[in-house]
This record gives sequence, C-alpha cells and structure tokens, in this order.
Amino acid sequence: MSGVLAVLEQRDGALRKVSHEVVTGARRLGDALGGTVDALVLAAGAVGGSADQLGAFGADKVITLTHAAFGRYAPEGYSRAIAEHVRAGGYRAVVFAASATGKDLAPRVAARLGVPLAQDVTDVGVESGAVTVVRPVYAGKALLKLKLAASPALVSLRPNVFTPVQRPKAGVAESAAAAVPGGGGGGGGGGGGRVTVREVKAAQAGALDVAEAPIVVSGGRGLKEPANFKILEELAGAFGGTAAVGASRAVVDAGWRPHADQVGQTGKTVSPTLYIAVGISGAIQHLAGMRTAKVIVAINKDKDAPIFKVADYGIVGDLFEVVPKLTDEIRKLHG
Amino acid sequence: MKIAVCIKRVPDSETRVKIASDGKSLDEAGVKFILNPYDEFAVEEALRRKEQAGAGEVVVVALGPAAAQETIRTALAMGADRGVLLQVDRIPADGLEAAKALAAELKGGGYDLILFGKMAIDDYNHQVGPMVAELLDLPCVTTVAHLEIAGARGTAEREVEGGVEVVEFTLPAVLTTDKGLNEPRYPALKGIMAAKKKPLDTKPTTVGQGGLEILALMPPPERKDGKIVGEGAAAVPELVRLLREEAKVL
Repeated sequence: MSGVLAVLEQRDGALRKVSHEVVTGARRLGDALGGTVDALVLAAGAVGGSADQLGAFGADKVITLTHAAFGRYAPEGYSRAIAEHVRAGGYRAVVFAASATGKDLAPRVAARLGVPLAQDVTDVGVESGAVTVVRPVYAGKALLKLKLAASPALVSLRPNVFTPVQRPKAGVAESAAAAVPGGGGGGGGGGGGRVTVREVKAAQAGALDVAEAPIVVSGGRGLKEPANFKILEELAGAFGGTAAVGASRAVVDAGWRPHADQVGQTGKTVSPTLYIAVGISGAIQHLAGMRTAKVIVAINKDKDAPIFKVADYGIVGDLFEVVPKLTDEIRKLHG
Repeated sequence: MKIAVCIKRVPDSETRVKIASDGKSLDEAGVKFILNPYDEFAVEEALRRKEQAGAGEVVVVALGPAAAQETIRTALAMGADRGVLLQVDRIPADGLEAAKALAAELKGGGYDLILFGKMAIDDYNHQVGPMVAELLDLPCVTTVAHLEIAGARGTAEREVEGGVEVVEFTLPAVLTTDKGLNEPRYPALKGIMAAKKKPLDTKPTTVGQGGLEILALMPPPERKDGKIVGEGAAAVPELVRLLREEAKVL
C-alpha cells in the first residue's frame, strides 16, 4: 500500500483551516509515493461540505468517522479510532496538523502503532522510497533533516507552512460510525473514558491564535506599559480579522500579556505571511520564534536593534507615532 | 502523593548553534547546559502537590549522558527527594525510543502522577510524555497550564487555538506542563547543599535506534538583507507601498 491518510480537525462541526494544509501536505506525499490520499475527520455527525472542499485540495476520498463522543476532541477515543483505521487501511504515511490537538493526538497514535513520529515539520518529501522531513530544532536556530524508516511514517505539519493548493477535482465522501469499544482493559471508551474534554472556553469571539494567524503584530518592552497594547490591537483590527497580537517574552514575563501570545523559544514559533515587530529589540530567543515569517517589518526607535537585521522592512522611529499612522493607512486599504 | 518527574538536560536557550563536523549534531564545545525550562514547571508542580498532601515522594528521572547528573541535582536542590539517571551515550532522535526507556523505569513504580515538561527546547519533539502514557496505559493530558486535583480526579486546562480546553481525568495520570502553570522556585543555598546528599541512582541503559535517522543538521536559510524604509511616521506610506507592490502581502 502506498496510500496516505490526512487526519483533519473540526471544531463545532466545521473543518478548521489547518485541515486544508494537512490535505495539501498529504497530497504532496501521496504524489511522491504514487498513492492515493484519504482524508479522515472524526465528528459527532456530518461535517458540512467537506468532500467537495477537500477534493479540491487533493483528497481522493473523505471519510467521516462518527461517534456521539467525537463532537469535541476525545484523546483516548480519537487515538484508538485513528490507530485502528490506519492499521486496517495499511497506509504508508499519516499526516496530522501540529496544532494543539494534533501535537497531543499524534504521539498517542504513534505509540499505539509502535512507529516513530516527526512533529511540527516544515517540509516533507520522499527519497529512495522513504519519507523524509525537515523540522526546526533549537527554536529554529537549526533545521534537522530526518528519514522515517518505519511504515506508516507519521508526521505533523507546522501550521501556515503548507500553502493549500487548489486542484480541479472533487473527492468522494464516505461516512461510517466509529466502533469504539467501551472502557475496561484501559484505553478508555469513545469519550466517557479516563480523559474527557468537558468544555472549550472560547477566547474573545473571532480571536485568532498567533500560531495560525496570517498576520501577526507583536509588541515588546518598547510599548512601555500594558495599556499601550491597545494601539497594536487597533492595528491588528485594521487588517479585518486576519491579524493576531503577539508579544515578546519580556512583556509576558512582566505579566502584561498572556503566555498564549508569546512568540519565541519558550513561546510559540510562528510563520505568518506578515510579521510586524513593534518595540521589540530582537533577542535571539525571540528571533528564533518568528524568523520563518515570509515578510518581517520592524518598528523601533533604536536603529541598532538586532530586529533590523532580520527585518525585510524597517522604520526607525517612535512607535507611538508610527503605529497609529500605519493603522490609518491599512484602514484605507481595507476601505 | 508519589510523583515522578521526567526531566531533560538541554542546551541553554541563549546558545548559538554551531553544527558539529559530522553535519548531524550540535557542536557541544562551550555550550552551557540547563534543566529544560518546561521541566521546571513539572518539578515545581510536583513539589507543590507533595507539600499540599503533606506526605509523599518526588522522584526525578532523566534519560541522558553522565553529565545529566548535574541536571538531576538541580531538581533535587529545588526539593525533589531522589533521582534516577538512565544513562545513555546519546539520546535517540526517535522520541518513542526515549519513551520506551522511561516507561520501563516508571512501570510498577506506584506513581499517582508522572509529570513531563510539554517539550524539550532542543529537539522540540513534543511527544515523549503522551507516548509514555500510552505505553503504560495511563490517562494523559498535555500542555497543562492550570491544574486542580481532588482525590483520584483532576481537572486541567490547556490552551488550544482561540480558547482553553477544560479536561477531566482520573489518577494515576501522565501530565505535561506548560508555562503559566506555576512560578518555579529557585534552589536556595540550603537546598543546594542538601541535594548533594540526596540519593541519585545511575543505571546504564540501552536504547534502540528507532525508526528516525538523522540525515543532516543544517543552519536555517539566511534572510536576505532588509532595508530601512525611513524614519518616523513619514515613512509609513512608503512602507505600505512596498508591502503591497514589492512584497505583495497586503
């Protein structure tokens, strides 16, 4: 078998954007291995419009595995059901998203199958029949190229790196009820097992996560005080729902911003299309977290700040004058 | 409360990465090694849980070279009771092999909790904790940023994209800790002195090669030189023009 399985993510019955990236990465592996791509989604019921949509991104078949407990992420039920599906399907490779859920799920599936896992990869390929990956290590200060000698080869893809490519082809949809055994003998049931997600407390409506946002506006000590992050929130808002606000370690450690927003070695590694660093000097551990952004803009009053060494475009000046002006200009663009 | 904390010796986050002559590993010359920062949250949480329970034991387990004894002593200085070093020459690239070695040590240990940092800041593998949980058939919650335990049940909160997942679990369990869970203590001088006398068991360990083969360790691609667009707010229109017309990101 040379098939590739793409494991998708849904929330509240709708596919998450990162799922398109997973299908895109799986398609790339499928083409290199000369195999088909199945997309698997676990849900409580039907996931709207997924087959056509995913077909367009390269899935030959979309399989929905339903279980009453699969509406939310059920770690034990999901990992058991996926491991069984992989075994039965004899896949050559399995592709996950390196999201909060994927990074939790993929190791469980790998351990169940007794095969290695390459997490958070930024490139996949096939050399002499073996799956190869590239993954950032040491917070992006180096790249590790690995060969996965086992089958199936399990990988999870860093969000925002695998740009979805449209193909003029529709997938075939299939739906099956997941036969997940109940508890007893460990491993847990579908959802009522030993680990249960009780609820997902949503952050502000529509708030994007820095790790997944196409545009990130980050602030550092140069903002002088927590309340001043308002000007960054206004700038992010001007992009019309595509930007998130990030922060340097210094301001997170000072309690100005939540850890969820931290970009850098002990925070998140981000790869947005556009990264705007405001009042951030550019400590090595911050640069590690954002150097894979496609375009970097730096705004800082110190012309010698290290951030200018990695920035594509820089403005030297008072951020309290530059940022509001930038917000105005972006608002004009978005009408 | 009997708690195991699995820790790792890693290069300091300030390390400038130099690639060794084999082209596959870090040149460790002059590199300062530390206790993995995410593991500090795990050690701290274990100490607090033991202190709250009023009794128990915190055992620190590390897989690593002989030099990882120092890393274990750091955790002992924070207050852990004893340490176990599973001594290997080199930690395999395959996280499942590391998980197997740790699971073999932890199996049958009677632990109420087994804690890990959510990931190591060197290999970013982000997997050994949940793999150990699967190998030991224990419930597991990863990247825990808030934790409540009452009797044999716990509630953990973990950050997901755009929200916080509230997860209920039963003990014994494996948890991996994220920043925000607690504020790790600094070892006091008294703790550092006491740590020298605490038991540290070194066990020569064999780990498999696993199914991951390192082909190369490479420097990241250099970013091409950028430009200073100008000074102050007056430079903003030109910046926006460049972002639209040159970079094509707006």
